[in-house]
Amino acid sequence: MSKKPDHPSDGEDAFSGSRRDFLKQSSLLSAIALTPATVVKAADNQWDEKIADVFEKVPVNLEVNGVKYSVKVEPRVTLLDLLREQLNLTGTKKGCDRGQCGACTVHVNGVRINSCLSLAVTNEGKKITTIEGLAHGEELHPMQEAFIKHDGFQCGYCTSGQIMSAVALVKEGRTHSREQISEFMSGNICRCGAYSNIVKAIQEVKNSQS
Amino acid sequence: MNPFQYTRSVGAAGAIQSLVKEPHAHFLAGGTNLIDLIKMGVVVPERLVDINGLPLKAIVKIPGGLRIGALATNSEVADHPLVLQDYPLLSLAINAGASPQLRNMATVGGNMMQRTRCSYFFDTTMPCNKRSPGSGCGALEGYNRMHALFGASDKCIAVNPSDMNVALTALGAVVHVKGPKGERKIPFGDFHRLPGDHPEKDNTLERGELIVAVDLPDASFNKHVHYLKIRDRTSYAFALVSVAVALKMEGNMITDARLAMGGVAHKPWRLPAAEVFLKGKPATGDNFKQAAKIAMQGAKAWPYNQFKLKLAPNAILQGLSAASGLVS
Repeated sequence: MSKKPDHPSDGEDAFSGSRRDFLKQSSLLSAIALTPATVVKAADNQWDEKIADVFEKVPVNLEVNGVKYSVKVEPRVTLLDLLREQLNLTGTKKGCDRGQCGACTVHVNGVRINSCLSLAVTNEGKKITTIEGLAHGEELHPMQEAFIKHDGFQCGYCTSGQIMSAVALVKEGRTHSREQISEFMSGNICRCGAYSNIVKAIQEVKNSQS
Repeated sequence: MNPFQYTRSVGAAGAIQSLVKEPHAHFLAGGTNLIDLIKMGVVVPERLVDINGLPLKAIVKIPGGLRIGALATNSEVADHPLVLQDYPLLSLAINAGASPQLRNMATVGGNMMQRTRCSYFFDTTMPCNKRSPGSGCGALEGYNRMHALFGASDKCIAVNPSDMNVALTALGAVVHVKGPKGERKIPFGDFHRLPGDHPEKDNTLERGELIVAVDLPDASFNKHVHYLKIRDRTSYAFALVSVAVALKMEGNMITDARLAMGGVAHKPWRLPAAEVFLKGKPATGDNFKQAAKIAMQGAKAWPYNQFKLKLAPNAILQGLSAASGLVS
């Protein structure tokens, strides 16, 4: 099998494959002699997927990092899962998946939000920016440069969320003091404790702009 | 997440009808609480009725006050020039809650509908009368550190988690709702309810009723205000105890007072007796201590939240001192 079901973020193939694989594995491999031909045929022709497409999925048009997408998603799919699993934009991370850690922070119409608590279907017509959309070609965003310069991360898992939040923070003008930066960055948790360097990176970007 | 149907609502009447027709349909606004609850299996909707397209976002001046649309986000309200100028207490309370990302998503109406953060409510393997009526209360004999001091019942000792609600209670806001039987207004203090025998009901809304706006009365409590929130970490945590204070003062004399607490009851907890006591008295440490004592009458703690019996009056004292400018 060429797909890697353990890594659903590897592509939309794996995403759409799960139900089909289950049908094949459960009914074909374990009870092949008893399986009616129609079930095997249904699995092979991906009928279940097609039926699901018609009845379960909702079309959504949105723009991510300047690219327009028209996709179909189940209503329960979050913006985070759409980005990672259907659009292959895995820079946005899934941490707690409950709005408590901030690893999934993206900008929607210029405003920072937790993409794990936003259903993809509610983003119809919206403009989304993820960590992949910050750099201009090979030229990093000043906040990305500053995070590297000040060592604003260790393991790096929270970093894309931290940077997306930090870019929004500077735009919001909440950078008057160390305390204010800490307060308005509190939605981004860093288990490694890189906070002091993150604050330094933010202060540098703020100072270079004023 | 369990699968559910999705409707993008284009009119309030249709959205209301959807909820009347389908018992397991829910309105979806910011989703910061609801999506979390669905992921945890606490709420299992058959349909979400997305009301975000309804024109309920405006924040406008009305005769004698300010009208805030139910879909205005928490950050839009907290940062609004008229709110900052006339109702700074509301701004302080909103910014004390959640994180910037969540405040950018969460709406005023949604914040009012926020469910309790009681861990037994969130844990579907535990009994909880609020989540599953009749199953019992896990918190009564469990780890009840975050729980109520006032107005609890033997069915539920959970608290309302919202900071915004505490300020809106103190400010005497009025809630506008639209429902299958028409429109009505609910004074903010009557919107949320005590658990009694029906902790599954957080508020007095009827099935299908939609919050459309919140009205704030005239801006007379715009100067001597404070929102004090005591929590386990400096930011981004729910209140152990919070206090909203709004005073009218002439010199050192308190001419009117509004006080409410969060983290101590199933609803935002107004302190009317302490308000009456403070009216016409000078801002002194002794008067504030007495007001705190009056406010705590009838408090009942549980094995793990005994500390709140000390924390709450001290928070009231500190909140009053800060709002009045008294250096204690």
